[in-house]
This record gives sequence, C-alpha cells and structure tokens, in this order.
Amino acid sequence: MRLLGLLLLTAGWAITLAAVVLLTPMLQKSLFVVAGLGVEALGLALLIRAHQPPKGDSA
Amino acid sequence: MTPSSFLCLIFIFLVPLAPAGLALINAGLGRSRSAAHAMLVSLAVMAVAALAYFVCGFAWQGIAGGAAHSLRAAGKEWNWIAAEPLFLRGHPLDGSPASLAILLQILSVGLAALIPLGSGSDRWRLGPSCASAALLAGFTYPLFAHWVWGGGWLAQLGSNYGLGQGFLDAGGASCIHAVGGLTALSVAWILGPRRGKYVLQGVPSAIPGHDAVIVVFACFLMLAGWMSLNSAGAILFAGVEPGRAVLIAVNTTLSASTGLLAAVAITTYRFGKPDVSLCANGWVGGLAASSAACAFVTPAAAGAIGLVAGALVTAAVACIEWPLAIDDAGGAISVHAAGGLWGVLALGIFGRFPNAVSGQWLAQLIGIATLIGFVLPLTYALNWLLNCFYRQRVDPEGERQGLDLYELGAGAYPEFVTHTEEFTQQ
Repeated sequence: MRLLGLLLLTAGWAITLAAVVLLTPMLQKSLFVVAGLGVEALGLALLIRAHQPPKGDSA
Repeated sequence: MTPSSFLCLIFIFLVPLAPAGLALINAGLGRSRSAAHAMLVSLAVMAVAALAYFVCGFAWQGIAGGAAHSLRAAGKEWNWIAAEPLFLRGHPLDGSPASLAILLQILSVGLAALIPLGSGSDRWRLGPSCASAALLAGFTYPLFAHWVWGGGWLAQLGSNYGLGQGFLDAGGASCIHAVGGLTALSVAWILGPRRGKYVLQGVPSAIPGHDAVIVVFACFLMLAGWMSLNSAGAILFAGVEPGRAVLIAVNTTLSASTGLLAAVAITTYRFGKPDVSLCANGWVGGLAASSAACAFVTPAAAGAIGLVAGALVTAAVACIEWPLAIDDAGGAISVHAAGGLWGVLALGIFGRFPNAVSGQWLAQLIGIATLIGFVLPLTYALNWLLNCFYRQRVDPEGERQGLDLYELGAGAYPEFVTHTEEFTQQ
C-alpha cells in the first residue's frame, strides 16, 4: 500500500506536467492540473492509511 | 558594495534569528529529558546543512541565468538542474547579488533542515538527523530551489506557457517551509510515534511540551528573523525594490498577528482557554504563510492570509494527531507544510502585479502539485533508504531514559534530577 501511495503521488504530478506541456486552452489545462492534484490526494490517503499505528499498541 | 546590497546584507545577518527560534520551539515542545539533545542536534543539523550546501548543494541550485542543464519538450526549454562547479568555485564572495544569494541560501537551507526535527522530537538519533539533513541540504532542497529561484522550469511557467509571472515565492514558503514540512512528514512516518503516544486503542495521549516560556520567547525571535528572511528573499529572488522592505515587514507582522489571534479564538472556543502551544503554532503558521506573498499583497490581504493560516494550522494539528495518528510533537507538519502550501496558494489568490497576466493561480497550483507529487516521494524515499542502512530511531531504552542521558550523557536541567544514592548511602 505504501508503494502504491508513492506511485499515485508521482502519477498525479505526471498528469500535471502533461497538462502543462500538451494542453493549450486554459480551462482544459486547469481541469487536468486539478485532476492531477486529486490523484495526489488519493496517494496521500493511501500513505496515511499505510502508516496508521496498530490499534491497542501497548508500547 | 551598493547601498541596496548593504541593506540586503544587514537583513541576511538577522536571518539566523529564525532558526534560533525554531530550535527553541522544538526543544520547548519536547520533553525535558531530551531538551539539551534537541538544542545540540539543531546546531549540528545547521552545521551539516551549511557544509552539504557548500560542497554540492549550490552546484545543483545555482542562480537565475547561471549554467544549467535543460530538456526540450514540445518546443520549450525545461531548465531542470544547475551546472555550477562544486565547492562554490568560480563565485567570488564580494558583495555582488550572486554572493548575497549564496549567503542567504546557506542560512535558509539550515532553517529548512531544522524543520523535520520538530516531528522527530524525543526519538530521532543525532547521527541520522545529521545524515538526513545532509540529504535535504545536498539534494532535495537545491533541486526544488533551482526550479523556483534558480531560473528553473517552475519559474519559466510564465515565459514558456503564459501562466502569470511563473511560479513565485519571494520568501521561501515553498522552498524552505513546504520542503522542510514535507520532509518532517516523511520522518514522522518512518520513525513512528513516541512510545506511549497511542496506547488506548489508538487514541492519542497528551504529551505536553516542557517549557512554554521558551516557546513563546522563540515566537518573538522568529518575527525578526522572518522579516529579514522575507525582505532579503524578495530583493534577491523576486527583484523587488529595497524600499518595499517596509511593506514586507508590515505584511509579515500582520500575518503572524492574525494567525495568532485565529489560534487564540479557536482554542478558546474549543477548550474554554487559549492553548499556549497551539497559539505559538498559529503565530509561526502565519509567518510561514506570509513568506510567499509578502512583497506582492496589500496589508489587508496579508492579514487575511495569516487568519486562514492560523485557523488551518490549529485544525491541522488536531487532525494530524487524531485521526491521522501522526506524532508531530513540534507541529512541524501543520505549521510548515500546511502553512507553507497555503502561503503559496494565497499568492495566486491575493497577489497583485503590474502588467498582470492571468494564470498566476495555476502556476502556484502546479508548484503545489510538484511539492506533493515529487518532493514528498523523493524525501520519503531518501529517508527510507537512509533508515535501511543507518537506523534513525533510538532504542526503547534510550526513549525511556531520554535522549539527553542516552546520547549525551548529561541532562539539560541537572538540578532537577533526584540523586537517590545521596539518600540511600546514609
């Protein structure tokens, strides 16, 4: 899950870069940048879940 | 040296007040049995960061217009890393703008490297802290700072793609605070929470800081350091007239003030009384958020930026502790990552420029996406690899004793220790 989270973060960034390079109209570019941020949010959520301490930790 | 360079040099000489304040905050919000360790590790991390930046950091960051490697994509140049010589060779340190930028960067990279110490409080060993700082100052920070301050592809978004003025950050909300805050998040994940933090079915226990007085004193120091950092950064990296330093100082102060007042109001509403550590975090969050836009907004907008930052930091501290279950004793993630990212976005919302071109907010969003989608995985991977070869967390016995005794052999406050042998030998 940790690796998948990191891959999603990077994939979101790649979508953002692709939008900057490939798209010209401002609206399309904006939508794809926001979509890239959405993918990054998913990756962040996975990373958070992967790092939750076990319930009932008696340390 | 010109009068404006001399003024800039005075600003830079005051910048060390910011890391001094941050070190005090990290020590004060940690346990008393690790206080001396927290201060020593702060100094050591500053030293290692300065050396790493001297050896290779500047070579990869460079300055705008200097030697750099570029890629060509869709007919546009993408300047991605500087190609300066190692050890600052070829740059006479003579008071020129380039030499002033180098001096400011050596101090700024130290400030960025101090930020993760807040999230690794009471459990991060001295050696690995320094090794992690070397990675940050030698690679992660210079790479991103080149993209923003060294004429890299983020700075070129305006000229290449017509997005406003390109990604802008006058005082380091992204390069210093967001990079440091995201590294703090990586470190907190890799180290895990302090023993005893999540003992009851994952519900967090309160581990209060040991000295509220030095935490609040640090807030005063940081205001002076921040005004200098923001002014010097805006003059050197954003080409702002030195006379705007007054506006920058006013904006920085207003942002910190509204950040503090937001935290006071929220904690009073939630707990019935203001909470000192959260209020201090609100102040520093306001400072961090002010950094990007301080030279480009009106004082009223700076106040609004600080108000949102104070509320955001207060909410983020609570959310990060529970339900996200990340043990961030010094509030480094909330203050520097959340505050810094908000500051970057706020420039796109509130920034006012002569000959304004639309799309500034999109350039700022692309910078935020780069921080979360590139810098966070990079800094996580580097610290994870470091942890594989050089264990970062102290032994359970060291955590029980406190890092002062375990790693340094003496406590910060020896007169507080009860020497039982003095009583049992009678």
